[in-house]
Amino acid sequence: MAKKRGRGVAAVNYPTGMNLGGDPTQALVHATTTGNFVVSLSSVDLGQGMKSIIAQICAETLGVPAERVIIDTADSDTGPHCMGTFASRGTHRIGNAVIAAAKEARGVLMEVAADLLEADPADLRTDGMGNVHVVGAPGVSVSVTDVALAAHFQKGRSIAGRGMFFIPRSFPSPTDGAMKPSTCYAHACAVTEVEVDTETGEVDVLSLKCVYEVGRALNPKIVEQQLVGGAWMAMSHALYETTEPYYPARDHGPADFNEYLMPGFGNLPKVEIRIIERPAPDGPYGAKGLGEMCANVPIPAIANAVFDAIGVRIDSLPLSPEKILRALQAGGDDTHRNS
Amino acid sequence: MDINKNYFSDERGEDFKEIGQPRQRADTFGHVKGATQFYADRNVAGLLHLCMVRSPHHHARILRIDTSAAQRHPGVKQIITAKDVPHNVYTVLNLINFGPEVEPVLAFDKVRWRGEPVVAVIADRERSAQEGAALVRVDYEELPAVFDVEEALKAGAPLVNEYHGQNYYRYDSGESRKVKLGDVETALREADYILEERYDSSPIEHAPLETTGCIVVPDQNNRLICYTGTQAIFFTLDNASIILGMPPHRLHFVGGTAGGGFGGKVDCTVEPITLLAAMLTGRPVAFIYNRYEEMQISSPRAAERIYLKDGVMKDGRIVARQVRLYVDSGAYSRHSPYGTQKAAAHFPGPYTIPNVQIDCYCVYTNRTPSSAMRGFGVTIADFALEVQMDKLARLVGIDPLEFRFINAYRDGDMKAHHQLTEGAALIECMQEASVWANWPVDPRVLRMSSRERRTG
Amino acid sequence: MSKVPVEMILNGEERAEFIDSGITLLKFLRDKINDFTAKAGCLQGTCGACTVLVDVVPRLSCITLADDCGGRAVETVAGLAKDGQLHPLQRAFADHFATQCGFCTPGMLMAAKALLDANCYPNRAEVEDALSGNICRCTGYEPILRAVLSAARSNAPDQPAPQGVQ
Repeated sequence: MAKKRGRGVAAVNYPTGMNLGGDPTQALVHATTTGNFVVSLSSVDLGQGMKSIIAQICAETLGVPAERVIIDTADSDTGPHCMGTFASRGTHRIGNAVIAAAKEARGVLMEVAADLLEADPADLRTDGMGNVHVVGAPGVSVSVTDVALAAHFQKGRSIAGRGMFFIPRSFPSPTDGAMKPSTCYAHACAVTEVEVDTETGEVDVLSLKCVYEVGRALNPKIVEQQLVGGAWMAMSHALYETTEPYYPARDHGPADFNEYLMPGFGNLPKVEIRIIERPAPDGPYGAKGLGEMCANVPIPAIANAVFDAIGVRIDSLPLSPEKILRALQAGGDDTHRNS
Repeated sequence: MDINKNYFSDERGEDFKEIGQPRQRADTFGHVKGATQFYADRNVAGLLHLCMVRSPHHHARILRIDTSAAQRHPGVKQIITAKDVPHNVYTVLNLINFGPEVEPVLAFDKVRWRGEPVVAVIADRERSAQEGAALVRVDYEELPAVFDVEEALKAGAPLVNEYHGQNYYRYDSGESRKVKLGDVETALREADYILEERYDSSPIEHAPLETTGCIVVPDQNNRLICYTGTQAIFFTLDNASIILGMPPHRLHFVGGTAGGGFGGKVDCTVEPITLLAAMLTGRPVAFIYNRYEEMQISSPRAAERIYLKDGVMKDGRIVARQVRLYVDSGAYSRHSPYGTQKAAAHFPGPYTIPNVQIDCYCVYTNRTPSSAMRGFGVTIADFALEVQMDKLARLVGIDPLEFRFINAYRDGDMKAHHQLTEGAALIECMQEASVWANWPVDPRVLRMSSRERRTG
Repeated sequence: MSKVPVEMILNGEERAEFIDSGITLLKFLRDKINDFTAKAGCLQGTCGACTVLVDVVPRLSCITLADDCGGRAVETVAGLAKDGQLHPLQRAFADHFATQCGFCTPGMLMAAKALLDANCYPNRAEVEDALSGNICRCTGYEPILRAVLSAARSNAPDQPAPQGVQ
């Protein structure tokens, strides 16, 4: 019996958005009477923090604090069309639609503020804290709340905006596959250290260091949530999960969580994340989608580390203990045995 | 978590107020109070429960469906079979013209996978619905089934889906989505080394903690409200409208937060039948997958089989890559024709290879239809590609990380699908990883840049 | 099915209801009390999403009979906050970004509360053990561990950080 350690690396990219485009999202933004801003969407938050990110994007564009932004979503009656939350498209498509809507709303806000301050809209700035002031004269200012009240009840203006973000669909050439799958790609490189128990076939992932290039980390804590959660799911995918352990035979498919194994609290590697940014020209403040890539890159890194540890290849997922033991017994490349 | 802003520093502005702030999530207080509303967090008066009768066979003709005993069971209010579904045979991607229509909401002449829905039983309690479902009698004649993707493509294999007419999705490029750059055959002949490998994966489940489901409530305006965990409100609404033959404006879809999605809640498998049940009974109906259904009935990530044949030179450059991918779509298409195409766009990976040939097949077998999952079309490809890179590096005797630098794509490089590379950053990710994870490489590669074309 | 009475102390208040005999505590909470905090993840006792406390002990309410809780003290997430103030665990989960979709959160909170009520200063291994019956699919678990250890530290701020906190 031996515990053998190994190290592995993998490097990947990932496209943002629905493949080949053609996935629109619309957003509406309007001010309440007291200068809060409602973003109307039909997009669904899956826990990835879409609502928080959109609030920050909207707030940045409007020039107000994020706590003034209310996200109203997931209702087909009140929210304009969104293709859906998948394909790492949320931040990019919804974010861009919201920027367009917020820009229009901001334009009206500044016109009304200019009217109140007797200035030119081009000479006005928002301070990001809830006020609009004249450039170079911070004392000459009005609160966003007062601007909203004035717009509603004195000036008869609607501080509102519409946004639509749409990348026209690309169609692959039937002969050579020329196509435009995406307008931007995120990148990643993962290095992992594992320990393989040659008696049980179990793999402990000891450490995982991942570098991610994400365009722009709009909220570093929410980005970190995705990347840490994704790393765990990747490890689970690489080592345990399957609904058909003897694929293509359908035998012994797990029926529930007793049989569908996933790592738990006691199996966690030391996960460390580092971010670099190459802003996407068409990303909302440069952001790219990252929710899927983070569950991909650790998988081959782990597979390569297992090879480094025990010197045999298992070229089929998951690298279950059974497959590892059989590969060790066979003593060579075990490329695709499932039984 | 560190952010290293030294890379691409001339491409970034920095003057933001909200962007980059680690603001607390807006929904976290709802979560920690248990107040965040998920679709099933509601009590509805007069709620009925739907239990689905499913095929026990992988592949079989339906000879007879007898619901008479179930109809008489106390508490059973409605039984739905295929004839009750206005537009029974559909496919989700028809919305974006990715037909044909191939999947019944409820099976009528045959079943093509173990678990396929056949009869919906609606009753006043979950227990009555389950008991009623157990009383439905379906007579089948079993048919030979096919489970292996390459077996399914052979002449004489059982035909899984008559609406397709063959066991693969027919693209306008033929049996596969094809991508071709340069001349792979010549380049392979001229390469110093050839490496030909096969990679496999088996299906995996999203296993969200909240199972798939919906609750439909008829409202006072002759509309139907569907509370659902779907990831795509309008996509599901529009498909439901087609299946029900009902104008979309009569449907009102309300989502909440989905209790975990990961791509598993984009298939529209529960909403249409539940809406129909509510229409026919005039009462609210709930259809919520139990954990077994979530595990073996709801779509998994497709199993994939990938053949990679590479030609590589002694100096580490990959000069040719030939890819053959088989995606196991299961009995029906769902999103797989799209996902298979996405894989064709993803190969050969973020590397500049002048001669590439890619053939991606979307294949039908007699198993649970697969569909979208986190990394759709890319996850398994990355497993194959990055293990292959490791093998290639060892074959030519170059460090695995250094080997990737030699082949990494850069701005302006031509990709296999005839687009120029833009916004590349693979090199910089690897440079950062090399230093941080203490994986030494030749110092020359640490001076490379994604913004400079490869020389030599 | 016959109706039977059940009386319990739910989040500190006496509750008396007539229920169908044999229903689970989870169903009782969600269908009868309209307390949706406990979640149905598997209805088989394998995922922990339905965890509540019964006489301070964590129980899987989906496989616990409501009848068996007569005369007992039942606690759910709905009773954690007091006088509008979040429980230290709730605050710690929020501050440590330990929630994503939020579906596992109530079960995690109750299992963690049971631990901290019995052992106010656990080490990392003890937290791992106490929460090992709760599945999360989104967070990768580490932020949840940190949140619970942080809430524990706030009980004893003068103590050094426990071993195993990364």
